[in-house]
Amino acid sequence: MAKITGATVVDTDRCKGCNLCVVACPLNVLELAPKEVNKKGYHFAREAVADRCTGCASCAIVCPDGCITVYKVKVDE
Amino acid sequence: MTKEDIIKPENVVYKKPALMNDNPMHYCPGCSHGVVHKLVAEVIEEMEMTDKTVGVSPVGCAVFAYNYLDIDWQEAAHGRAPAVATAIKRLMPDKLVFTYQGDGDLACIGTAESIHALNRGEHITIIFINNAIYGMTGGQMAPTTLVGMKTATCPYGRDVDLHGHPLRITELAAGLNGTAYVTRQSVHNVAAIGKAKKAIRKAFENSMNGKGSSLVEIVSTCNSGWKMSPEKANKWMEENMFAYYPLGDLKDTIEG
Repeated sequence: MAKITGATVVDTDRCKGCNLCVVACPLNVLELAPKEVNKKGYHFAREAVADRCTGCASCAIVCPDGCITVYKVKVDE
Repeated sequence: MTKEDIIKPENVVYKKPALMNDNPMHYCPGCSHGVVHKLVAEVIEEMEMTDKTVGVSPVGCAVFAYNYLDIDWQEAAHGRAPAVATAIKRLMPDKLVFTYQGDGDLACIGTAESIHALNRGEHITIIFINNAIYGMTGGQMAPTTLVGMKTATCPYGRDVDLHGHPLRITELAAGLNGTAYVTRQSVHNVAAIGKAKKAIRKAFENSMNGKGSSLVEIVSTCNSGWKMSPEKANKWMEENMFAYYPLGDLKDTIEG
């Protein structure tokens, strides 16, 4: 069966840590970095768990700053 | 499969529209403006109107819109964007002309210009960001502020006896003969963003087809002005704003 795997890349320098992508993700893939900050002092978003993303792009669609790029591939098992 | 295998240009499903440049936006974290900017950029790209679009930016938070979208822009005096857009569209009818205004710009100082431009049926689109507050100046009461809502200039809540009722510009516009398409949308979740994008596309197409003026109101959040987190602001908007500003098409004279 083909499985869909996705990945997100966050432009951490432009991210403002608004948390909207974390809320929008149906699979709780993303989190705000709890300690690290970017050069503007925001706790940027990042992938918390690998391999769970399906590339639905909900996070990127709601991102007000257009920081997230989403990739998706079909994997034949 | 490693992440490196997935992250390849041919596997992209969503990325920032090319029209939106890399300038960091001055908007507060979680502001609805960014999402609407993205939608406008996506629609212009899909319509292949990049070189033929003129945006008119307002005074308010969106005053720097020209910094973020790589199209032609004209900055208008406070509230006068529809008048400027009228002139641009009449002189260059082959351009896609839209204004991007907030509630302070459109529903307060620019009410006359907006109503008259819509009533004349100018072939322009007005994108109206309604967050029920004056965001840029620090969260004062706007004409659209809800009854009972607390702002810097009505710390005990908006009082109808003292401040009057919130102004529903979109309902007003739907009653005018010149308008072709009047709708109210929101951008608080993925489904709403999809609908808002379709509405903007339809409005832009109406302008280009000479069908009359279109007004797309986007009920938005101002989490800084409302003093909430972006997430909570979205919830508050769903619970409070949508009751007074219900979403949906108010007027659609175009079939299909």
